[in-house]
Amino acid sequence: MSRFGMAIDTVRCVGCMDCVVACKTENKVPEGFNRDWITEEAFGNFPNIQLEIRTERCNHCEEAPCVDCCPTGASHYHDTGGVVLVNHNECIGCKACVASCPYDARFIHPDGYADKCTFCIHRVEKGEDPACVSVCPTHCMTFGDLDDPNSKISKLVKSRKWHVLKPEAGTKPHIYYLT
Amino acid sequence: MHELTTTRHNHLIDPVLHVWGWEIPVYLFLGGMVAGMMIISGYFLFKGKTKNTDCSCFLAPLISIVLLSLGMFALFLDLEHKLYVWRLYTTFEITSPMSWGAWILLLVYPALIANIIIRFPDKLSDRFPKLKELSNKFAGKYFLIKNIGIINMMLGAMLGMYTGVLLSTLAARPLWNTSILWLLFLTSGLSGAAAFIHMIAKDVEERELLAKADNGFLTIEIFVIALMLIGLLTSTEVHKDAATLLISGSFAPIFWVFVVGLGIIIPLFIQLLAVNHKIKHTPLAPVFVILGGLILRFVIVQAGQVSHYINAHF
Repeated sequence: MSRFGMAIDTVRCVGCMDCVVACKTENKVPEGFNRDWITEEAFGNFPNIQLEIRTERCNHCEEAPCVDCCPTGASHYHDTGGVVLVNHNECIGCKACVASCPYDARFIHPDGYADKCTFCIHRVEKGEDPACVSVCPTHCMTFGDLDDPNSKISKLVKSRKWHVLKPEAGTKPHIYYLT
Repeated sequence: MHELTTTRHNHLIDPVLHVWGWEIPVYLFLGGMVAGMMIISGYFLFKGKTKNTDCSCFLAPLISIVLLSLGMFALFLDLEHKLYVWRLYTTFEITSPMSWGAWILLLVYPALIANIIIRFPDKLSDRFPKLKELSNKFAGKYFLIKNIGIINMMLGAMLGMYTGVLLSTLAARPLWNTSILWLLFLTSGLSGAAAFIHMIAKDVEERELLAKADNGFLTIEIFVIALMLIGLLTSTEVHKDAATLLISGSFAPIFWVFVVGLGIIIPLFIQLLAVNHKIKHTPLAPVFVILGGLILRFVIVQAGQVSHYINAHF
């Protein structure tokens, strides 16, 4: 079994938004919507201020509330790597998954179905990296199999300090932010 | 300082979630009221009140079926992928309250129809004699009628509870994420139903009974609201913030004035005077109760979407 995830080095990320543009181009994301985006978080008191720039997207959670609440089974874990996907022709557009996501990573596509990051599963199944990873100029993003102890991502997660987003939501996200 | 800046601005998601508009609160309100009417009507069937031809248990299911259909139409309007609605009935997803609800609704209709068949309103059966023939088949079959009453009460309770559970399982919205929400929606549905049947009841004794029952439901509702807020206030930071939205935040005026004041306390006061024969029964208190129930659903749905986890890790 594989378990796909992403490690994002927040020290390297400069918020250039190449990943955002690559995703929109690769996945034909409609105007006015984003499957991935940049967040800047500043914290502290001057002069001791910390700044973290990170690229965010669906966390492809291990215990995804969007999959649990879907009334038709359209939201599901893909056989390959446990990636959370939506079958467009099973989705009724009830928006329960959108409301259930603590990361607000989903949106309703103008064609009516729930949409979000797919980890570019169509590329990954061909052995390629997701579009966002492949274009990153600072190489801050690493995609791979978390279950493979020899994969680059597993080694990074093992050797570096990291955090995940909203761990208190209990969703077990698969995106690790290296600090 | 603590600042978050994002480049995301997705439609209906940012700056705060607002995916559900008027359709969902209207559906939750109508579903809750139908649930209450099924419980009350089922109780009358169970208690053998069918001997009284004026019993509201004959009219209530007819109105319920219309209200439920209107509610389901509102729900349908909310769907963004309408042509795929039939997908709800190709599977049963055990972890999805919406899937449970879809199947419960499918059972509710036959139960309501069985209740209607017991005795059609005179105007209908005079015009369509075959309906009367159909009703005659139930004549004297009190055991069967009692069981229809029990089924209506059970399905009514399931319908009323599910409307609350539907929201409370969406843990990403802390205001909804309280295990008491189903009880709030159920008691609110019961009080709205009692108020509605109180207005349409022909029998004076029944009207009196429903006013008394409504007072009970409203009193329980106050306690449930208090317990819900206490529960949220004694929970995590995001839950405290969610409770604050109702207690003193942007939803506080509408919540305290229209839901608690005009929707519960004032009608409770009016109906207490009415049942003690100090004043006459008027439709004023029931109308307030029904409107209060509707506004409650709007407040909970909208404030729930505003409540959220803190988007920070520091």
